[in-house]
Amino acid sequence: MPYIDSDHESVTDREGLRARIPGWGADLDPADRPSVPKERRDLETGAHWTIPPSQPELRPRERSIEHEMLPPVFGTVAPLRGLSGAVRRLAYSRYSEGRAAHWLLLILGDRVDAWESHARSLVERAPDNPIAESGVLGEPRMRPIASRLGNNRADLKHIWMDPLVLAGPVVLLVALAVIRKLKTK
Amino acid sequence: MQAMVYRGPYKIRVEEKDIPKIEHPNDAIVRVTRAAICGSDLHLYHGMMPDTRVGTTFGHEFIGVVHEVGPSVENLRVGDRVMVPFNIYCGTCYFCARGLYSNCHNVNPNATAVGGIYGYSHTCGGYDGGQAEFVRVPLADVGPSIIPDWLHEEDALMLTDALATGYFGAQLGDIAEGDTVVVFGAGPVGLFAARSAWFMGAGRVIVVDHLDYRLEKAKDFAFAEVINFNQLDDIVVELKKQTDWLGADVVIDAVGAEADGNLLQHVSASKLKLQGGSPVALNWAIDSVRKGGTVSVMGAYGPLFSAVKFGDAMNKGLTIRTNQAPAKRQWPRLFEHIQAGHFSPRDIITHRIPLEHIAEGYHMFSSKLDDCIKTVITTEEGA
Repeated sequence: MPYIDSDHESVTDREGLRARIPGWGADLDPADRPSVPKERRDLETGAHWTIPPSQPELRPRERSIEHEMLPPVFGTVAPLRGLSGAVRRLAYSRYSEGRAAHWLLLILGDRVDAWESHARSLVERAPDNPIAESGVLGEPRMRPIASRLGNNRADLKHIWMDPLVLAGPVVLLVALAVIRKLKTK
Repeated sequence: MQAMVYRGPYKIRVEEKDIPKIEHPNDAIVRVTRAAICGSDLHLYHGMMPDTRVGTTFGHEFIGVVHEVGPSVENLRVGDRVMVPFNIYCGTCYFCARGLYSNCHNVNPNATAVGGIYGYSHTCGGYDGGQAEFVRVPLADVGPSIIPDWLHEEDALMLTDALATGYFGAQLGDIAEGDTVVVFGAGPVGLFAARSAWFMGAGRVIVVDHLDYRLEKAKDFAFAEVINFNQLDDIVVELKKQTDWLGADVVIDAVGAEADGNLLQHVSASKLKLQGGSPVALNWAIDSVRKGGTVSVMGAYGPLFSAVKFGDAMNKGLTIRTNQAPAKRQWPRLFEHIQAGHFSPRDIITHRIPLEHIAEGYHMFSSKLDDCIKTVITTEEGA
């Protein structure tokens, strides 16, 4: 069957839609849509500067090499430290955002950071408790079985992998220890 | 103060942290009364967003009371009740001057491709977020607004991201009267996008997800037709059938980086972190929209590459429109919709939990337990 333009003509039932759906068509006119057009020069922002005053850089702050200089405002939480800090520093100092190496190094840095932090917590006053930190202890209040089973959820195919991601560093360390022990035998 | 702290993938806890200090003359410190967990927080929680550092506090949806202001703050006073958009922005750079607040160039040293976002990794500027008792709010004369007396605080909270983003996503679709609009994802942003599509004159709105309880919400809250893709062999063929075999006029991707529906895509992105996101919903959008149609993407993806079917997009002559929402730009019109009684944004909230139980809140949201759609975090101050 050929496709014919006139087969697809339809008339909007304006009154029916307005009766059924509160506010139907209120923004039909693009002029009523706040992000149309995309770029507008007439918006009032509350800023009373041309360039925001610069935040003091109290310690060296890493930045993308696609920035000519450090922007005037920035976050200061979790400064670079340890091996993860070295990996992240390399990502920022050597590779632009256009390079896969930049992002892959940052992802590697995240994994190293998690391992380092977990190890560090063991000698601090507040060791990590992966079970409590995973939130699973609240499951009895969350209808865990009824929520998961019988609902034809697509994510059941991979949800079993979540504990592996959670326990990944521990599994890796145990595996390395076992391999080392086997080799020394 | 008490604050949610990231400890690694799938691990968070509440810790005692120092109350943030004024670090810039236009900073404010806000005492948080309500925060929310966003679907995009799950990308951080799952360890997908590059440069998410242990010790960071998440949370880019929050409201509160001004606790302290820096010396150059003119528009806020201590004690003001404020709603804070998830974007941190300066208001005057090349992009802000054009209304592209989410693309501000002056607030994120770590990346140029994305602006500043509260509690959303160092890739988004390295700021702590609002899932805490206090939060630093930079450039306080630009971002926060005083909450109008008539506005319910939970509606104000929804305006800080989820509602503004959903409404913005519908605008990206460039919807014309009578259009058939398909929304992938029945989470908070998808629900708001579907509801907003009607404001713009849609003739049909179809919401696609795999969680039946969310699809029920899409029917009730967004007056949408619904499809569970997991009950079908091929969602693209079903959508073609339902649209005279042409495809939808507009398709909105409100899922983003952790889309289900293709195990290889999901595992390579979400579990192995080898893609910026699992572009299943985006690929379905490209294939189910009509030729010449528009795909709107405000579901969040990471900066690494993703396996997107760009050839189909090119050959079909699609318009693909994207961005993080400039949230505050949406507020005046959304205030009018709420005041007119067109909808009640807080109707999508399913759970309210204290900050001390936030690890369980994340687990519930991540594992989609107890019919969770939107979780609000209450602090002692806001309880």
